[in-house]
Amino acid sequence: MCGIAGLIYADANGGREVGTDITRMLQSMKHRGPDSTGYALFGPRTSSYVMRFTLADANDPRDYEFADRIQRHRFLVEQRLRRFGAHIHEIDEETEYAYRVTFDYDGDLKQLADLVEDVPGAEVLSLGHALEIIKDLGDAESVATQYDLDGFRGTHGIGHVRMATESDVDISGAHPYWAYPFSDVAVVHNGQLTNYFQWKRRLERSGHRFNSECDSEIIAVYLAEKMSDGASLEDAMRDSLTELDGVFTYIAVTEDALGVAKDEMAAKPLVLYEGDDMVALASEEIAIRAVLDREIDTYDPFEGEVMVWQR
Amino acid sequence: MAAVGEGRITYDARGLAEPAAEAPRIAEIDGDRATFDAHDLSTRLINLELRRLLYEEGIGDVTVQNPGAKHSIGVGILTRCRITFEGSLGYFGCGLIDGPEIKITGRVGWSACENMMSGVVTVAGNAGSLTGAALRGGDLVVHGRVGARTGIDQKGGTIIVGGDAGMMTGFMMQRGRMILCGDVGHGLGDSMYDGTIYVAGKVASLGIDCVPGEWTEADTEFVERKFRIHGLGSPPELQKFVCGKKLYNYDNLEPSERKLVL
Repeated sequence: MCGIAGLIYADANGGREVGTDITRMLQSMKHRGPDSTGYALFGPRTSSYVMRFTLADANDPRDYEFADRIQRHRFLVEQRLRRFGAHIHEIDEETEYAYRVTFDYDGDLKQLADLVEDVPGAEVLSLGHALEIIKDLGDAESVATQYDLDGFRGTHGIGHVRMATESDVDISGAHPYWAYPFSDVAVVHNGQLTNYFQWKRRLERSGHRFNSECDSEIIAVYLAEKMSDGASLEDAMRDSLTELDGVFTYIAVTEDALGVAKDEMAAKPLVLYEGDDMVALASEEIAIRAVLDREIDTYDPFEGEVMVWQR
Repeated sequence: MAAVGEGRITYDARGLAEPAAEAPRIAEIDGDRATFDAHDLSTRLINLELRRLLYEEGIGDVTVQNPGAKHSIGVGILTRCRITFEGSLGYFGCGLIDGPEIKITGRVGWSACENMMSGVVTVAGNAGSLTGAALRGGDLVVHGRVGARTGIDQKGGTIIVGGDAGMMTGFMMQRGRMILCGDVGHGLGDSMYDGTIYVAGKVASLGIDCVPGEWTEADTEFVERKFRIHGLGSPPELQKFVCGKKLYNYDNLEPSERKLVL
């Protein structure tokens, strides 16, 4: 089933409590997907890069040398970043297997991300100037506590609660998906894509990497590739209505915009609130009420609609 | 603030929510009227309180404040009464009802009033998809816009929509009437078996076997009566759509089966 949510503030100079707000939205939709929860949050933009990566999955068996192996691999990642010319500011251990690292770098992002992922067990969850993707097993409150998202301030964000249908319950299969290797683009998706394999192969032929068996993984790369060819987010999303097959409502975010697209059958729900201070959207109104505890005017966008809000 | 009341829900071993819940008895009763605030209550507690007031106390007019877009509120009410929801309902609001006259001052989510047998439901705001799914009788009036597949599998009653409607409106409609005052999306009345759809705005496209119908005096009388009853002013100019009866062939069925299907 899955539940998706998105939030973009009209006035967010200095950032607002996007971590807390998205957690509230996702927790109220826990019944739509208890398997895993994920966030794509945009903090304040900096000139350096911020990268989130994991070195093991949450349900990997903990054998006796698990901790040693993780430490070894962590040093490998650091070593490779340095060797590639990245100047590391900070590396934080978020959980025993998930890390956040900030660094200065002016080379090719794909080469860098590939080199990190070449370390055994490593997966780059997000890479950009402002985008941070946090995802793990469990409901929103447990993930938010685990990764300390309550203090996360930012300008906009999206989130996803997952009920796994077509791939495993693990971090690789959890949303949101980063548009590897395009910086600051992410997507959450509710639905199924029926021409997923065609697109996966098409994008793989142009050199993109996919790490999971989850159909939603292609959407972000599909959009980001179009945008890198000069299309706007809105145009890329409009193309997706005919080029992606299946049922979907997805929310895409870039550094300065948040957009939603609904397939031509209107098979997956979305409720939209457009206020003066924020635009909030979610699979169910109850999620929007979790951040706006008063009577509000909401509506469901129609089939085949694409809407984009710029910051 | 988030999901007020829902956070404390407990489940039994089978996954049933709040198996031992009892009506919270918080309503203020004044003669034949009662009012209670649903803000801090879970879905189950709201419905238990509602049922207590209607069935045990025999109250005929209940107002529920702050329903907060929670799901499955006001479901399965099988008595004649008046209920006012001051706010919005989530999914499956007022489903499976038989008799009540319900007013919702906000909006409703997906599948509102599904399988309603009789009564009147008025929604002041918008409605989600699948509004009035499998409606059997009664009147459902939505003043705002509705999502896709409104009145899917409608088997009776009347759905009136003030605003626009999404795609596949009246999909597989079997009986009853629908009055749509705004524009309608693609596939209107797709695969309908019977029933009548009136549309005031533009129709993006007709579905399979949905054809324009001939306007009669009875149509004028019906539309004017419904608009008068619900205080909707004078009706706009409407087009009528019916089933072309080319898609199915009931004559292949036994007479007894035919009765069952229709």
